Amino acid sequence: MLIAIAAIRLRDLFAVVMLFGIYSLLTAALFMNLDAVDVAFTEAAVGAGVTTVLMLSALHLTRRWEDEPRHNPLLPLLVVTITGAVLIYATLDAPLLGDASAPVHQHVAPRYIEKGPQEVGMPNMVTAVLASYRGYDTFGETVVIFTAGLAVMLLLGIQEGPQAHRGRNAIGDQVVLKVVVKLLIPLILMYGLYVHFHGDFGAGGGFQAGVIFAAGFVLYDLVFGEGQARAVIPPNWLHRLAALGVLIYGGVGVVSLLQGRPFLDYSVLAHDPVHGQHLGVLLVELGVGITVFSVVLSIFYALSGRRRQS
Amino acid sequence: MEHLPVLVVIIPLLTVPLCVLLDHPRLAWLAALASSWLSFAAAVGLVLQVSDTGPISYLLGSWEAPWGIEYRIDVLASYVLLIVTAMAALVLFAARESVRKDIPEARISRFYAAFMLAFAGLAGIVATGDAFNVFVFLEISSLATYALISMGKDRRALSAAFNYLVMGTIGATFILIGIGFLYMMTGTLNMADLAARLPEVADTRTVRAGFAFLAVGIGLKLALFPLHLWLPNAYAYAPCSVTAFLAATATKVAVYLLLRFMLQIFGLDFSLVLMPLDTLLLVLGLIGILSASMVAVYQGNIKRMFAYSSVAQIGYMVLGVGLATTTGITSAILHLFNHALMKGALFLALGGIAYRIGSTTIQDFSGLGRTMPWTMAGIVLGGLSLIGIPSTVGFISKWYLVLATLEEGLWPVALLVLIGSILAVVYIWKLVEAAYFGTPEGNPEIKEAPLSMLVPMWALVGANIYFGIHTDLSVGLASRAAAVLTGGAG
Repeated sequence: MLIAIAAIRLRDLFAVVMLFGIYSLLTAALFMNLDAVDVAFTEAAVGAGVTTVLMLSALHLTRRWEDEPRHNPLLPLLVVTITGAVLIYATLDAPLLGDASAPVHQHVAPRYIEKGPQEVGMPNMVTAVLASYRGYDTFGETVVIFTAGLAVMLLLGIQEGPQAHRGRNAIGDQVVLKVVVKLLIPLILMYGLYVHFHGDFGAGGGFQAGVIFAAGFVLYDLVFGEGQARAVIPPNWLHRLAALGVLIYGGVGVVSLLQGRPFLDYSVLAHDPVHGQHLGVLLVELGVGITVFSVVLSIFYALSGRRRQS
Repeated sequence: MEHLPVLVVIIPLLTVPLCVLLDHPRLAWLAALASSWLSFAAAVGLVLQVSDTGPISYLLGSWEAPWGIEYRIDVLASYVLLIVTAMAALVLFAARESVRKDIPEARISRFYAAFMLAFAGLAGIVATGDAFNVFVFLEISSLATYALISMGKDRRALSAAFNYLVMGTIGATFILIGIGFLYMMTGTLNMADLAARLPEVADTRTVRAGFAFLAVGIGLKLALFPLHLWLPNAYAYAPCSVTAFLAATATKVAVYLLLRFMLQIFGLDFSLVLMPLDTLLLVLGLIGILSASMVAVYQGNIKRMFAYSSVAQIGYMVLGVGLATTTGITSAILHLFNHALMKGALFLALGGIAYRIGSTTIQDFSGLGRTMPWTMAGIVLGGLSLIGIPSTVGFISKWYLVLATLEEGLWPVALLVLIGSILAVVYIWKLVEAAYFGTPEGNPEIKEAPLSMLVPMWALVGANIYFGIHTDLSVGLASRAAAVLTGGAG
């Protein structure tokens, strides 16, 4: 709360980005407190991690200090105050936090909790709900991510020809950093894989794994010089990878359609419906992971490529 | 055939990665065009199927609602799907030439990918029977739309897109908060289930606040006066094919959401008796009609003029909903269809003009009646329809709207509606005067727009007249949809 106010008042955009990072981390801790491990994980990886890096890259393209606002701040303040008041007003009649008799816990949730493990065949019911019961929403979300990447590509595009500046980097030649990062990167990538494949048992899944994987590449690029990551994964592969991720997810749905079952019905994928569910979830998570990874990385490329040009 | 509900959405959606993977302007266009026509065929199939057998429910992933996500196509949904898919198919047919001129070649295939995303998103919003799924597809279509608008040639397209991005994101967030409150009180996201469970908890502050958030959020997306400020610039500076598609579909889908949430999920009793939504919509609709028409008269850029006219037309639809009678809602639903026909035709014609002379300011219209006779004739007929001359669709819409106001004894409202029409006469006349009575300056070698742009435009102009005379299909579907909406609450 205090951090949000500070972020609004500050004109130093660099500090604002840092405050946002802290804000996200605190939010993640809050989610953790509410026992929403998967959400907390996502918030920490996306909000506190990758977003901060992307915002800093974007900041590099513009100036550090914000202009004095030209508008009168009263109207926005009024709107925000009313919105806040309505939000508080709404909570007056809302069920108490953690109240077991609240409608949220009484209606659809019991089936997810009681039958989820048998019907979908995995202990992490968050993954079961996300990837199977409401798998179509997750397909939509994957497309949203893809759309975001596409929008950035349409607007900025990735400047080609990184080889010309290979080895030049923003922070200079830091030996200690390089050694530490060299040790860290395999661990980060390993952890990304672990998060991906362990998603059906513990917290995590394709989304978080994609972000972590991309973070590994971003770190490499930052420390070892711009354009180095591009030598590993060229930008024009990334569009195709992102599209491929969506195709994998959608393809699973099409397979169900071809078998005469509704879209995204995983039970046709194997002889045993529960096995089919498991396989389906793994495949769609793979699609999510690939799309998220390539979109995050391509946005980073697009922003960092601009910097080099100016 | 049983998979039609999902195919309408999935065909365009899966064309998107295909467009990106092909990465070839011509092939991407062909893929987009083919899939939009397939999707249109699926929508036609749905209209027939719904007429035959009543509402269709399609369970995604075979999980029964409310645990899984349900696609639910009733008369209203099939009708709006028909509008969206038909407009996408026609606009894409016309788009190829103008996109080749407006967009750098390296980005064309991604442009089509974004176009298909916007289209699939809109179709997804209409087809779904799940409140959260609405939000997901709203995000898809909105994000893609922001990107599409920013592709306009004019630098101001960027700030217009950014403006829309901020307003649209606030709208989407409000919708999400509203849905969140509903979920908090009912524990379900399925629309039919929500409608069944809401009356029990209707008298709580949480539900009322959720209602308010949804109303404001949808109002932003709808460009309901006074939340319309993003629209004129966004429409004016976007590439012409994008404007044609958005003007004909995006706000229509928002009206659909308004009907769905306010009348079906909350129910007439809650929206209109407990909350004063009808009066609010009535007043805002009227102010919208008059003020936006007035502003439209003074616009020098014709695209902007028609954008303001769109705000006014949204006012007519909202007014119809605000009357809260079966006739009123019929007129609103009818105008969804009719307005898509007029604005689709008009913006496609403007696209042809921008393609030939590179601008759409009123000065450049001098003499176009002679140099581009077919395009201008299309604009004049579209304009007549906008005004509401008998034997065009515009007349049918106005007829039902005026009928609905008179039924309620609100004759001053009917008078104001007619004043709105007179204002439309004024701004259409400005155009006609310039085009037919102005002398062409400078460049006499302006040619008629290419055939690929004239054909879809004239198809729409023809539809304006056809459905103005044969009203069985549009009025029949609209009145049945309205009967379902109002009958649901008694």
